[in-house]
Amino acid sequence: MEETNVKRYTIAALVDNEAGVLSQISRLFSRKGYNIETLAVGCTEDPCVSRITIEILTDEPRVQLLCNQLRKLIPVYSVKLLDAANSIRRELVLLKVRVPNHAARNEIIQISNVFRASIIDIASETITLSVIGNESKTAACEEMLREFGILELVRTGIVAIERGTNTINEDTKVKGEFNYGKNVL
Amino acid sequence: MKLKGANILVECLLEQGVDTVFGYPGGTILDIYNVLYDYHDRIRHILTAHEQGASHAADGYARATGKVGVCFATSGPGATNLTTGIATAYMDSSPVVFITCNVTDANMGKDSFQEIDITGVTLPITKYNYLVRDVNTLADVVREGFALARAGRPGPVLIDIQKDVTGAECEYEYLPPEEHFRHGRLAKLMYYAAHDVKSSEPDMQDVDRLAEMLAAAERPLLICGGGVVRSGAYQELRALAEKLDVPVAVTVMGAGAMPGTSPLVTGMIGMHGSQASNMACDACDLLLGIGTRFSDRVALDPSSFAAKAKIVHIDIDAAEIDKNVKTDHHIVGDAKKILSLLLERCAPASHSAWKEYVFSFPTETEYDDHDGECLTPKQVLATAAELLPEDTIVTTDVGQHQMWAIQHFNFSYPGQLITSGGFGTMGFGLGAAIGAKLGHPEKTVLHVTGDGSFRMNCHELCTEQFYHLPIITLIFNNATLGMVRQWQHLIYNERYSETTLDRGPDFVALAKAYGIDGCRVTNLAELQAALRGAIGSDRGCVIDCAIDIDEMVRPMVTGGSPITDFLLN
Repeated sequence: MEETNVKRYTIAALVDNEAGVLSQISRLFSRKGYNIETLAVGCTEDPCVSRITIEILTDEPRVQLLCNQLRKLIPVYSVKLLDAANSIRRELVLLKVRVPNHAARNEIIQISNVFRASIIDIASETITLSVIGNESKTAACEEMLREFGILELVRTGIVAIERGTNTINEDTKVKGEFNYGKNVL
Repeated sequence: MKLKGANILVECLLEQGVDTVFGYPGGTILDIYNVLYDYHDRIRHILTAHEQGASHAADGYARATGKVGVCFATSGPGATNLTTGIATAYMDSSPVVFITCNVTDANMGKDSFQEIDITGVTLPITKYNYLVRDVNTLADVVREGFALARAGRPGPVLIDIQKDVTGAECEYEYLPPEEHFRHGRLAKLMYYAAHDVKSSEPDMQDVDRLAEMLAAAERPLLICGGGVVRSGAYQELRALAEKLDVPVAVTVMGAGAMPGTSPLVTGMIGMHGSQASNMACDACDLLLGIGTRFSDRVALDPSSFAAKAKIVHIDIDAAEIDKNVKTDHHIVGDAKKILSLLLERCAPASHSAWKEYVFSFPTETEYDDHDGECLTPKQVLATAAELLPEDTIVTTDVGQHQMWAIQHFNFSYPGQLITSGGFGTMGFGLGAAIGAKLGHPEKTVLHVTGDGSFRMNCHELCTEQFYHLPIITLIFNNATLGMVRQWQHLIYNERYSETTLDRGPDFVALAKAYGIDGCRVTNLAELQAALRGAIGSDRGCVIDCAIDIDEMVRPMVTGGSPITDFLLN
């Protein structure tokens, strides 16, 4: 892999909402030698179907091969490589920050306002914030809060959706071709 | 009607038309074996010596008959003993349903006796696998499992059933196979699939474009892969090759799809490919690969592979496109359908100058005669081909004998050669021969093996003997692991580390101990006599055939090298 062509790619997949499917997919990534940067899973408007959003660092030919390997799996219905310019990417980060004194509390509240973060819990010596955004926004917020002391941080991983009328559900030629290989009945 | 899980499983096998299963019983699968006892008049169970043998037999049965093979094993070691067989079937796209049982629900996840997470173990080597925890889903899972095993690009499916599921009762109703896709999991699969998955219609524009490319090509070459065998596209391929007057190179898995004697066949391609095939691959201006994955044994060096050609790929598995070799055009779909569409669209052509160039190189290797002291590989195979019936099924193990068999035994129909091409499983051949013979009792089955491979699973001779299967085993005995020795000779300065097999057993005595015939041959006359005796016999026979220790498979191109860099000619 040429280092210069390595980019962050966002892959969205619709899969069977069943036990073992996630491990099947994550195994595929490790088997083919990829490290998952972020992973988010949850069911969709159809409770039988889950949507997985995975971000990886790789180059174009490899990400295409990986999408192909994903499409080939029986419990995978649809896979789409989301174009960064044409999609909205968000993650939610929860941060528990130390509050050494009153002045710090006010400053943290101000920072939280700037990032449109919400304060979801407050105690005498801590504040817990939730911030939503793409990785540059959440990273900036994290950076600003670091000086107070971050006691705990947890992120959901990126979820993404395309702008405009495009959806992952469209029947495409590629999607049809993969059905031939796995389930021409 | 209300049935126990074990009965439902067996009823579902009957729905699929299964009449033969291979396997080995054990603790957790006892309920199923208990039911088999009642169904023995409808389902024949073949008990092997080892689960691995059963897995290869089910695979060999599937490849020989085109039906889905079925193999049973118990939990724990029974299940893990299947894994080599499952991987073998996976790499060669063979439809086999493996059924294992697991410990009871209460014992799951507690490292119970003979417990193994076999669905986890087989994740990367099955097309799909299931863990059945509820008897109500059992019939549905079995129906989907069989459909998936044979659908599209075929492959192995594993169904792991908890022991208490086999004993629990639920409502079962017979469902004819043509109704399966309207119900349950299969109906859901159909619902979510884009396009009608009942028939794969290749993109017509893609087909038209390929027809134009073929018409414009001056030096076209076809590569016939295992997909041609699996899709039964051999007649279409033969017709197309003849109509367009195009040379055809054959991969290991594609053997038999083109008759070996056809004047258009250039022989095997790749690492041990003929000079004609490899030179043609390097010189062609259009390379059309059909049902082949351009593996590292064919496209040894992807960057220089067919560098002067436009590469076109026909495959039913879209994930194979551009995986190993970058293509200029591709069509995804069933090879039989695509080739028949091409046949309609292509005008007859002639490529006599190109053919003259290609066939100026040898399509087969000639070996030096050893002055009658021992036999050459070609002598052995030519003699077998001459004496055995034309439709003899040949199964092989892995190594030199495998390559020789493919190079020198002219296969004339798809499925005639049963070999572990992708996974390279030593010890595959005898189990596969048992499966092939049970699938085609009317045909002669020849098991070609080496002394190294044969020792790996020779215990299946007891299965051969018990079920009265007159399989002819032909051992290329050079007292070494020949293929590894060949590499050591050529690449490792003749340092023969741990490859010399200067030890027992005495294969003739071993055969006799198992109650079948055996003989050792060192010259042509003895070989002919042994084969004639074996053909007429209703018992299996092991023919231990002496081969020179330094005999090599020629030609040879090392992995990663340009396809015309012959190390040996």
